[in-house]
Amino acid sequence: MTDSSDRPFSRRDLLRLGLTAGAASLATACGWQGGPLIPALRGAAHLNDWVGEKVLFSRHRLAPQYPVSARTPEKDFPAYSITRPLPTTDSAAWALEVGGKVRKPTRFTLEMLQALPRVTYTVKHHCVEGWSAIGTWTGVPVASVVAMVEPTDEAKYLRFDTFDANYYNGWDRESALHPQTILAYAYNDRPLTPAHGAPLRLYSPVKLGYKLTKFLTRMTFTRERPGGYWEDQGYPWLGGV
Amino acid sequence: MIAEPAAEKEPPPEPPEPQTPKPDAPARRPLVKRHHWIVRFTHWANALLLLGMIGSGLQIYHAFPHFGLRGGPYYPNFRDGKYFPDWARLGGWLAGGLSWHFALAWPFVITGLVYLIYLIVSGEWRSLLFRPRDVPRAIQMQLYYLRLRREHPPQGKHNALQKAAYTFIVVLGALSVLTGFAVYKPVQLHWLTALFGGYELARYWHFWAVWIFVGFIVVHVALVLLVDPASLRAMITGWYRGRFPSHD
Repeated sequence: MTDSSDRPFSRRDLLRLGLTAGAASLATACGWQGGPLIPALRGAAHLNDWVGEKVLFSRHRLAPQYPVSARTPEKDFPAYSITRPLPTTDSAAWALEVGGKVRKPTRFTLEMLQALPRVTYTVKHHCVEGWSAIGTWTGVPVASVVAMVEPTDEAKYLRFDTFDANYYNGWDRESALHPQTILAYAYNDRPLTPAHGAPLRLYSPVKLGYKLTKFLTRMTFTRERPGGYWEDQGYPWLGGV
Repeated sequence: MIAEPAAEKEPPPEPPEPQTPKPDAPARRPLVKRHHWIVRFTHWANALLLLGMIGSGLQIYHAFPHFGLRGGPYYPNFRDGKYFPDWARLGGWLAGGLSWHFALAWPFVITGLVYLIYLIVSGEWRSLLFRPRDVPRAIQMQLYYLRLRREHPPQGKHNALQKAAYTFIVVLGALSVLTGFAVYKPVQLHWLTALFGGYELARYWHFWAVWIFVGFIVVHVALVLLVDPASLRAMITGWYRGRFPSHD
């Protein structure tokens, strides 16, 4: 951090510049993000999150499943990460820390998770960009792990942390408890590759891809709504489909 | 021709007397009240909102300019793999486009519903809804426009082709909203998404609706300016003084 007096622009200059640029782009409508209307857009996004979570979402509505023959070829299934080259870890030393507003904070190794009853499904993946692809995912329902750590009444949200730089994510509890929301360790019948978030990632057909946090290290129950890597930059928080 | 902008707040400057033309303008037709303020408000609000929806929609398209499951084959699309110019997009990047699109969607739906409710309550739907009996009238109107018929067919507030256009655009608006919801929540509203043939096709129809809207806007504005410019004033102030009869 440099001293503010050394900066070529003061904060006020930058603000003024931003407002002018906002007004100028309003006139031309070229790639305008919203300028002074951004707070109003945020308010609308909160309303949409509320409608998506409280009105449209049901924990009992299952996403349709597809035959294995409908799978998208693996070379065509995109895989994104923040870190390049792909982040990797020693899966023998790796563990998932589950804590926060819970009675029994627990450290789960991959073997412990794989020993729990597993779920396998072939479902459609919806990316916020607009593309879709079909794949088979295997893992343990988040609901099973939640039952073991016994969250308190204060636990309204879940925060997922990763070893992919500063990527993190926040979920509403209802979506996390959906029976198709899993901690996945296999893709198309084989252990996850680093491209898909090895050794463990979150998967669910009821959320957009950027909510399906890869390279998991920690799952924390919180009282306040956590942000997220993309959500903090303006993407919809709920990301439900 | 821009009419008095104050007319929205104050009563019209000269109360119209349809039977007696003004002495100083004996040749002019009488001013007639044509559009209720609800119609005018929803018309302009919807025009702005639609532009915003299209601009932000094209920004969203930028993130994945294809239709169909990953790996293809992708559906036929005149813009497959192509982007839209900066001036046509709203939001600056994907998150900005989404924010605009989802924020404007509600006012777009609400003004559309207010307009429809007004039409039903006021009974004005009768002069706008295209019904089977309008088919022969629309043919006669088309013959007139093609110079195959000499006289302008008799009409009420709108001719049969206008009724067809104004009915169709409401249907198109409804289809845009429904395909939009089908793309927005393909799992929670799975029945709706399935109705349009699945997520990829719903997205495809949502995209085509844009071009039908754009075509409609071009023709609509061209006809207003070329055929009946007085109708522009009527849509702003509510008062019409033009060449077409305005009552049944």
